[in-house]
Amino acid sequence: MPLLLDLFCTFFRIGAFTFGGGYAMLPMLQRELVEKKKWVTEEEILDYFAIGQCTPGVIAVNTATFVGCRKAKAAGGILATLGVIAPSLIIITVIAAVLSNFAEIPAVRNAFAGIRVAVCVLIINSVVKLLKKSVVDKLTGIVFVVVAVCAIVFRNVSPVVFVLAAGVLGIVTRVFVQGRKEGQQ
Amino acid sequence: MILLRLFWEFFQIGLFSVGGGLATLPFLYSLGSRTGWFTTAQVADMLAVSESTPGPIGVNMATYVGYTCAGVPGSICATIGLVTPSVIVILIVAAALNAFRNNRYVDAAFYMLRPASTGLITAAGWSVLVLVLADTALFSSTGALTDLFRWKNILLFAVLFVLTNWVKPLKKLHPIVFIAFAAICGIVFRLGGA
Repeated sequence: MPLLLDLFCTFFRIGAFTFGGGYAMLPMLQRELVEKKKWVTEEEILDYFAIGQCTPGVIAVNTATFVGCRKAKAAGGILATLGVIAPSLIIITVIAAVLSNFAEIPAVRNAFAGIRVAVCVLIINSVVKLLKKSVVDKLTGIVFVVVAVCAIVFRNVSPVVFVLAAGVLGIVTRVFVQGRKEGQQ
Repeated sequence: MILLRLFWEFFQIGLFSVGGGLATLPFLYSLGSRTGWFTTAQVADMLAVSESTPGPIGVNMATYVGYTCAGVPGSICATIGLVTPSVIVILIVAAALNAFRNNRYVDAAFYMLRPASTGLITAAGWSVLVLVLADTALFSSTGALTDLFRWKNILLFAVLFVLTNWVKPLKKLHPIVFIAFAAICGIVFRLGGA
């Protein structure tokens, strides 16, 4: 399959299988992009999520654009994005046209309550995989715990604050460690 | 004309809502009251549908609003409008990152960004977990500790956790299999209470 078509189809699948918004996409991204296609690594997925938090727009779309762009420049970014939004366009248009009370149908509500439980389990499994890649020493461990706890306790603080603070901390520690090495020489 | 207007309104929403789908909500409320295209109650209905269908919530909302205002062409214009700013910004960021790929300061920043990103995902997962496993509203009205926990959900959670982590042949299955299984359990055991 040509790469551009492959990008569209893969992200179409991801869009169609993502229930419950941005982070629920993570298990699908790991499965389709990291394990199956080997287009990106777990670390890169984390990088894209971090950048997606600070740039405008829907995180799922930002991630799709990023991966597509990585594989096939601007054309890849655009096709991956079209792929991830196409299922929404089709499904929502059909529902809006014929089933305006869709969310009140008992079977839908019950099925969705079950799906939310599955999404929780899948996200926890994803986080465990990501932890192995992102927490590699004491300092990264501290950053993980502090950000997780702060983001739970202070719900109104924008994620942008945490992302920027972590980035600055990374640069400062690098400069500090380097300065100390040079001082020793 | 309404198509151009839809594209432009959602272009602005896409440009100014930072941090995911739900960040678009306040913009949608203001759009409804400014234009009279839809009411606040309609936004609540659209959100319910967007949350119970696959796909990013922000994209689903844009499609729904666009369809309500101007049919299929409206849904396409609104959605394309919403994603256009992200595509432009990300293409620029990706090009910049490519240029600085081996810069040690950029490397150092990402070294710390990764645990922070994992922390943010953990926090988001935690808030969903609490909603799914505990019923704080019922607990605060009855005060009975047995009402705090959603027992059926906890049971399904435990079953899925064991299946996905400790049963070897199942570990390699696509996540959608577990989602479908959970949806069926939800219908059979009436997990939504409906």
